[in-house]
Amino acid sequence: MSEDSNKNKSGDTNTSQSSISSSSSPSKPAAANSPNTNISSSTPVTKASPSTPPSKTPATTTSVAKKEPEPPLFEKELVSQISSQLGDKVKVSYIRPLRIKIYVDPVNIVEVASFLRDSMAFDHAESVAGTDYPKENQIEVVYHLGSYSRVDLGAHILVLATRTNRDDARLPTLINVYKSVEYHERETFEMLGVYFEGHPRNERFLLPEDWADIPPLRKEFRIKGR
Amino acid sequence: MANIQDRIDQSEKLSMEIVKESPDDRLMTLSVGPQHPGSGHFRFTIKLDGDYIVFCDPDPGYVHRGEEKMCEYRNFIQNIPHLERPVIHDSNNITYSYSLAVEELVGIQVPRRGQFIRAIASELNRQVYTLYWLAIYGIFLGHSTMFMWPTGDRELFIDLLDALTGARVTHAFNIPGGVRNDVPNGFKDRCLRNIAYFEKRLKEYEDIFYNNPLLRQRTEGVGILTKEDAIKLGVTGSVLRASGIPFDVRKAEPYDVYNEIDFKVQYMKTCDSFARSYVPLLDMKESCHIMRQLLDKMPDSGEVRAKLQPNPKGPPGEAYRRVESGRGALGYYIVSDGTPKAYRVKISVGSFRNILALPHLLIGAKLADMPSIYWGLNYWPVEADR
Repeated sequence: MSEDSNKNKSGDTNTSQSSISSSSSPSKPAAANSPNTNISSSTPVTKASPSTPPSKTPATTTSVAKKEPEPPLFEKELVSQISSQLGDKVKVSYIRPLRIKIYVDPVNIVEVASFLRDSMAFDHAESVAGTDYPKENQIEVVYHLGSYSRVDLGAHILVLATRTNRDDARLPTLINVYKSVEYHERETFEMLGVYFEGHPRNERFLLPEDWADIPPLRKEFRIKGR
Repeated sequence: MANIQDRIDQSEKLSMEIVKESPDDRLMTLSVGPQHPGSGHFRFTIKLDGDYIVFCDPDPGYVHRGEEKMCEYRNFIQNIPHLERPVIHDSNNITYSYSLAVEELVGIQVPRRGQFIRAIASELNRQVYTLYWLAIYGIFLGHSTMFMWPTGDRELFIDLLDALTGARVTHAFNIPGGVRNDVPNGFKDRCLRNIAYFEKRLKEYEDIFYNNPLLRQRTEGVGILTKEDAIKLGVTGSVLRASGIPFDVRKAEPYDVYNEIDFKVQYMKTCDSFARSYVPLLDMKESCHIMRQLLDKMPDSGEVRAKLQPNPKGPPGEAYRRVESGRGALGYYIVSDGTPKAYRVKISVGSFRNILALPHLLIGAKLADMPSIYWGLNYWPVEADR
């Protein structure tokens, strides 16, 4: 994360980002995920739907049938269980069949995760993924939580998402709640530069030992020749 | 005297990190891999107190290729060939969940025949992978017959995949919307013939390998991963099922046509290294049943893939889909910004999840048990590094 490498890259960055933004100008991906909007997933779908269906053959593609805003009962119940217990601390982003996404603030994430583990039986994390949103100057970290101990939750994934400032990316670690995030968080640290406070090893993991560039999954890092 | 001491100092410097023994503590540091053929492209450092391992630090990343970053530069279809590279022996499964996730994002309905064909291809590929894994597992427990037999029997399924996809190992067969081509003539009969032969061979595997007293002694009661620890560590696949948890994505969250298939999730409750080696064999048996049913129920005619635009794209959003691969649940988290390229792709692979159990199991174990514990984790270094 040296400043020099940032500067070196900046020339590349501007050109490449403009190329991305020109192609995706009408709508931003992050808008769907922004924590401020409740149940926001339905809005981009409906917005985009008029443009998509005519271009595809109707027989083979059903463009929005799956993401109809009416969420299934079981998932709704899970969400009401969560929000009745935690109230304002969680913001529901979407409820789809088998998938629920909730946003929490970094200060509450340990408490929410403990509740999910102890009361909802989401007992392990399948994956931890960071996504860089340079335009909003934020990094989103999502935990995909699953359950082995409750059979009826086997198919469900609860997406626990939080956001942090991009310039000083710090989040409390969930390692004390979910041991299974240990390597995933370490990977997120080196790939996106999110420092997990309380994690025993915020260190290089997959990258070469002499890696001296910015975290590679940040958007300003460009692959050479691309 | 001073001369000799100098030489000792010098040789200590030269010995680098491979084997280091300091006079202060009685521990010996041993670096396993990445060149060691038994570890694959993976290194872990262990510290030994006599015969016992007291410290273990996995160090993956020797085959890190930046797959996730590369996905951000190519459109959804172009991603398929390079996404196979992390695990070429299971290339249909690693593209399967990718296809499912892209289909959810773009909104593609796969024709029924296409769903069956890709399920068959994924079952065939799972057998190929599991046999390859079994071969390596066998040779590192000193059983060279078990290296030769599965390697040879792999050809049964590789031949079928060759006939189906046109390539032996990396098929690029699954695409969002279905599969690349239809099955060739006489494929069903060939499949059934090979499966029938293979089931006979599985019995012979049990006789020569699993009932071998030597193997039993080296694996039974070794590396106990209790049910609670398995849940806590979030392991997946055969490692999880060997710890007494009957979890299989094909059953838990049936994708495509798996909800029409009647099969049992194979698991064992002994939680030891033997269970972790035996569950894959049970899986292979069950997979033969699954394939028979898939071949029976497959519609005789119809489209095998949906018509797509040249650059398929969907509304902004995200999807997380998973399948059961040879190494457990294999999930893709894809964020789309409405362009034909993915904004972010995260591949959650079983191998990466299972190495968390390695230090847990190795610490306190004997060095001689290391091969059976390590290979029992069904770990594929290239896939874990992505």
